[in-house]
Amino acid sequence: MSFTPLPVHVRTARLVATAVARRSGVQEALLDEVRLAVGEACSRAVEAHRAHCPTEPVRIELTGTRGRFEVVVTDAAARDDDGALDHEGAHDHESDSSAAPGSGSDNGYPGADGSLDDPEALLPQGLGLAVIAGLADDVKISRTAAGLSIRMSWPSGDYTG
Amino acid sequence: MDLKLDHHTKDGIEVVDVEGEIDVYTAPRLRELLIELVNGGHYQLVVNMEKVEFLDSTGLGVLVGGLKRVRAHDGSLDLVCTQERILKIFRITGLTKVFGIHDTVDEAITARKSEK
Repeated sequence: MSFTPLPVHVRTARLVATAVARRSGVQEALLDEVRLAVGEACSRAVEAHRAHCPTEPVRIELTGTRGRFEVVVTDAAARDDDGALDHEGAHDHESDSSAAPGSGSDNGYPGADGSLDDPEALLPQGLGLAVIAGLADDVKISRTAAGLSIRMSWPSGDYTG
Repeated sequence: MDLKLDHHTKDGIEVVDVEGEIDVYTAPRLRELLIELVNGGHYQLVVNMEKVEFLDSTGLGVLVGGLKRVRAHDGSLDLVCTQERILKIFRITGLTKVFGIHDTVDEAITARKSEK
């Protein structure tokens, strides 16, 4: 499915994804992770579209096959993603919380030292991607000709109807 | 659920009560409230997140922004949160090292007063 890149639609997208995940047999304990990871991916895509191609819809695919529930969020906002991919090594990595910024001894948040004028710009670029990496069971982030594709999956059981 | 915001003063500290979902759609409202409070001279803030049902990185950005703003005035911004689903995102991002996170509003206020 696809949706107009408006922030208000992100909530709907994550609710739909969570509902489909539940129907696909994803364990209840993992549904919060699905909801947050999908929300992060859609938020990122919406922001990218609003900046670069506000008339293009964001695409999200939800599939449940062979014991996995998979979500793919694809944007059409071709751009240099502010180094986020390089920073996180996120081209094709396993979910690993150590990939998240702030996991080292220096947490990397200039919010503590107070040298920037725009407080909302303090968090590292690509934080949403880092959150996804920390949440999804398996994550693959890749550039496409049009933009960025975030593929996430979680284990699922058999469809129970 | 949408976002509900309220605030009140307790023991000289401004307590912001947040209820609902903080995401890319609703976070701007929290940002505006925090800016309004700081501009109104409230530099000691406690954000009560006990009724927050969802928080994403956009919300984190707003909280860090609020922290930055109050620190510019030698102030503080502490959080109240015991929900594992919310705490998890703070842990993943390393922000547990940036914010004081407490179990209750009273505990947050007591901790802040004891640091003065």
